[in-house]
Amino acid sequence: MILPIALFLAQGMLAFALLFACIRMMRGPRAQDRVLALDTAYVVSMLLLMTLGIQTGTVFFFEASLVIAILGFVATVALAKFLMRGEVIE
Amino acid sequence: MSTLPLWADILVSLLLLLGASLALIGGIGLLKLDTFYKRIHAPSIITCGATVVIVLASMLYFSVKGGRFTIHEILIAVFVICTTPVTLMLLGRAALYRDRLENRAPAVAKDGDTTRQP
Repeated sequence: MILPIALFLAQGMLAFALLFACIRMMRGPRAQDRVLALDTAYVVSMLLLMTLGIQTGTVFFFEASLVIAILGFVATVALAKFLMRGEVIE
Repeated sequence: MSTLPLWADILVSLLLLLGASLALIGGIGLLKLDTFYKRIHAPSIITCGATVVIVLASMLYFSVKGGRFTIHEILIAVFVICTTPVTLMLLGRAALYRDRLENRAPAVAKDGDTTRQP
């Protein structure tokens, strides 16, 4: 079966994408670069969790990745609003 | 992990590798591009390409494994595709506002797109 090998390679590539996002988050020259890298890290970790769900064959990881997607959207919108106005709720 | 028929195995593997390659390309673009306005385009490859392809792989895997039609993963793809333009537009506008505030401070008040002066 070639699915475990493909899963291993896919998880490795997703882990490298997550690593690049973390490097950009640490190195980003300004705050908006860090927010963009955080959003990318949210999406890539959601994809990584989805491949983990394929690997274990259970559907429990689906709900976790849905929650991560929703939290990533809310976090990025709140941070963008903070960058724009200086406060989140006005 | 249960065994799948060979065609489903190959198809799921190809979709997974394609999605992970797209995610890696987006990550490299996020790391390598030089300005923020170029860099904001790189994660769209991940959210629009890689998410859809990996969701398709997951749907195919669970449909073949369970023996029935499983499409609840499409919720993630729809949600991510609907929300990514909103976040990137807000982030781009915030970055533009901050750049204008630093470089050309007198021109900001004339544009009328600010409510708060530093």
